Amino acid sequence: MIWDFFYKLASPRYFYAITGKWAVWLGWLCLILMVAGLYGGLILAPPDYQQGESYRIIFIHVPSAWMSLFVYVFMAFNAAIGLIWRIKLSEIIARSSAPAGAAFTFLALVTGALWGKPMWGTYWVWDARLTSELILLFLYLGFIALQSAIEDPRQAARASAVLAIAGLVNIPIIHYSVVWWNTLHQGPTITKFDNPSIHTSMLIPLLIMAVAFKLYFFTNLLMRARCEVLLREKDSRWVQELVIEGRISEKTA
Amino acid sequence: MTEFFHMGGYAFYVWTSYGVVFLVLLLTFLAPLHRRHKIIALIKSAQTRKEKLARRRT
Repeated sequence: MIWDFFYKLASPRYFYAITGKWAVWLGWLCLILMVAGLYGGLILAPPDYQQGESYRIIFIHVPSAWMSLFVYVFMAFNAAIGLIWRIKLSEIIARSSAPAGAAFTFLALVTGALWGKPMWGTYWVWDARLTSELILLFLYLGFIALQSAIEDPRQAARASAVLAIAGLVNIPIIHYSVVWWNTLHQGPTITKFDNPSIHTSMLIPLLIMAVAFKLYFFTNLLMRARCEVLLREKDSRWVQELVIEGRISEKTA
Repeated sequence: MTEFFHMGGYAFYVWTSYGVVFLVLLLTFLAPLHRRHKIIALIKSAQTRKEKLARRRT
């Protein structure tokens, strides 16, 4: 059943036909959760007993940082499937993941710096967590640059897949950097599920924001993948017909 | 309300963070919409060119 579905989904035409509605629904759900998360984080949650109001950066910093790792693994996984089984749609998904992933990584670094200044007294230190996250940003940018440097999309996908897979080694380094090295960045707060050192009134908006960021990513991924499908299939009959019949125009999403 | 915007003295750090995040997320959201617009315009212009050529031949 489920494999039939994935098999069908791998056809660009079918993918394009069904994901238009998905993107709209995901987008609206994301917006609702984001408003709820912001309300919970900025208004309902009490100030931190040590950091005062400055800790409120956590509600955007931690979701960005989580997503920077999640998107990379997701991207490398799809790139690997594209590399091994030559599935066109996997290549498109990998390529379309990168911009949002790079954006999340950039935001994790910027919000981290803006949180570090009042708490640590500096915007930047070459500590293990910060440095490995910066390397992650360069991996994303390298992936994007490699994709756009090679004109043939299938060849671009193959070359950049190798880069993405090699870069995977950085992911556990980022995750465990606060455990392996004695760094300035604080240790994990949330992932100690047996005894999380954060109060529920702060944890709930944080988790809502994390879900909202994840939905944002998938909305953005679908929008970009649909563009990519249209461009690659622009000479095919179904795209030509869609445009002639006016069922898509410049104005519709 | 002023207290809310003051953020206990951390207003600059908190609001700059939130500002940068929502600006970047907005731009990342708009980019594929813009790209889609361009791709469809490209397909349309190719079609009109083809039609013109076909008409000229007849």
